[in-house]
Amino acid sequence: MITQALVSQAVLIAEKRRNNPAASVYSGRARMMLERGVYAAKSSNWLVIVSGFFEPVFYLLAFGFGIGQLIGNLTDGNGNPVTYAAFIAPALLATSAMNGAIYDSTWNVFFKLHFGKIYQVMLSSSLGPLDVALGEITWALLRGLVYSLGFMAIVVPLGLITDAWGLLAIPAATLIAFGFASFGMAITSYFHSFQQMNWLNFFLLPMFLFSGTFFPVSVFPQWIQVIVQALPLWQGVELVRSLTLGIIHWGLLGHVAYFVVMIVGGMWFTTVRLRALFMR
Amino acid sequence: MSQSANDVVIQAKGLTKKYKDFVAVDGIDFEVKRGESFGLLGPNGAGKSTTMKMISSVSQRTSGELKILGKEPNTHGPEIRAHLGVVPQKDLLDRELKVWENIFTYGRYFGLSRKFLKGKVDELLEFAQLTEKRNAKADDLSGGMQRRLAIARGLVNEPEILLLDEPTTGLDPQARHVLWDRLFRLKEQGVTLVITTHYMDEAEQLCDRLIVMDNGKIMAEGSPAELIKQYSSKEVVEVRFGTDKNEKTAEKLAGLADRIEVLPDRILLYTAKGEELLAQILESGLHPVTSLVRRSSLEDVFLRLTGRTLVD
Ligand SMILES: Nc1ncnc2c1ncn2[C@@H]1O[C@H](COP(=O)(O)OP(=O)(O)O)[C@@H](O)[C@H]1O
Ligand SMILES: [Mg+2]
Repeated sequence: MITQALVSQAVLIAEKRRNNPAASVYSGRARMMLERGVYAAKSSNWLVIVSGFFEPVFYLLAFGFGIGQLIGNLTDGNGNPVTYAAFIAPALLATSAMNGAIYDSTWNVFFKLHFGKIYQVMLSSSLGPLDVALGEITWALLRGLVYSLGFMAIVVPLGLITDAWGLLAIPAATLIAFGFASFGMAITSYFHSFQQMNWLNFFLLPMFLFSGTFFPVSVFPQWIQVIVQALPLWQGVELVRSLTLGIIHWGLLGHVAYFVVMIVGGMWFTTVRLRALFMR
Repeated sequence: MSQSANDVVIQAKGLTKKYKDFVAVDGIDFEVKRGESFGLLGPNGAGKSTTMKMISSVSQRTSGELKILGKEPNTHGPEIRAHLGVVPQKDLLDRELKVWENIFTYGRYFGLSRKFLKGKVDELLEFAQLTEKRNAKADDLSGGMQRRLAIARGLVNEPEILLLDEPTTGLDPQARHVLWDRLFRLKEQGVTLVITTHYMDEAEQLCDRLIVMDNGKIMAEGSPAELIKQYSSKEVVEVRFGTDKNEKTAEKLAGLADRIEVLPDRILLYTAKGEELLAQILESGLHPVTSLVRRSSLEDVFLRLTGRTLVD
């Protein structure tokens, strides 16, 4: 059974990567984490996953079509009239991407770190901490992407995406999900109590309500606007809304850059933290 | 690659691990040879798991030298881990997955192909006597089965060295024997075993050679038989006179044995000829509540070396 005289395949595979940069933290097999995710998801609670998707949908129906009736039209950045539903739909799309990514990268990662303890075992194979970080973050981002695709499938037939640029909302949502997944896992890896995790929720709700989601931030005094604009959801909402309303300008690249920083920074901190937790 | 019998697969010199100011492993030297079954025996907190983690190349040493299959763990971690099978002290199974998926996904982490793993998983389930349980959730297995699954998982990359941290702690006697039997088979197949334990019977059963650890240091090294020969007598007489009388009675027994140990609940007398000594005790008019003559064990070695019992 054990072929002593031969070097096992696992060793050959690992040796091949010897001279790759960052070989001690990255084996190029983050996708194995996704495979594991698929096996685990097969027997997980689908109700939880589906309910997370419906949250923004309910907001769209209640606010967009309910309250929207009372409000009438707004004007977009170019001075064109836009229905209230079309105003909040892109914001809720960005929120969908955020929610999907946040669920997996925070609470689920927290449970895996402190109760499932699966990262320790993964790191005793020839995987490295960057594989684990990248794999988990990608898994979380996929959930965000699925949520936002589902949301698109609802808002497009309703005529709430008024411009062809709106198609780019999908890659934008992917970027937003990636950013939140990366940042979410990084911050979760520093938390060790439920109390700290609840702070996260405490922060997320006001961010959702006040990031230009349901009304423009111009209603706030200047100093609050500056704070809101520094938040990732505002960056995401602005990006997606500009695309779905067809208001295209170079400033959008600023939002993209914001998320790139979030992704790279989150992944870096997660890798460092996994090493500190399990490889010291 | 040289495959001679005396091939050293693990080499540690002055191996030290500090957690902040606390020294968990304190400059230990040892070598493990290919194909042998090597033990780390010591009480809780001796530094066994810490040593194992350094060998598994997940924990970095503070100082000293460590070579696994001639490779340096600090720079060749992933490669070394590909050579190793790790069975951690807590089984750490993936509780979201089924039994077979635990082995399969772990193999995938090493980059092994799905095709290879299909056959490998079946073979390992058979080996671990878990074929019937392949579709059960890992969480639903008994303690012994979980431990066997952890071993099967550790074997998926066909490791040359299998590291087992307290493999039978928490198992009932029957489950222990099933596990020992599986480990014997691996040894027969030429797998190098490194086993930590605080059970002296386990160390005697499984280990060709062992180090006795306490407070992060090595107290002694050798085969179980050598250690017993060197640090203990051939036989031991255990007598009990009742908790309050043991101490006093011991004074009277002092001259009779080579060495004497007074524990709170009993007195141990070390001698080459146990039955004769016991007869002498009875003749002298002392009447122990219970008495027992037995062969010396590693427990006695540990007691001699540290003045404490292994399991308290
Ligand atoms: N991560 C850690 N941080 C601080 N102290 C630790 C850590 N791991 C182990 N120790 C301490 O190091 C000592 C040895 O622990 P360990 O190697 O687990 O012993 P054993 O496995 O022999 O029971 C213990 O006193 C333990 O409390
Ligand atoms: Mg231990």
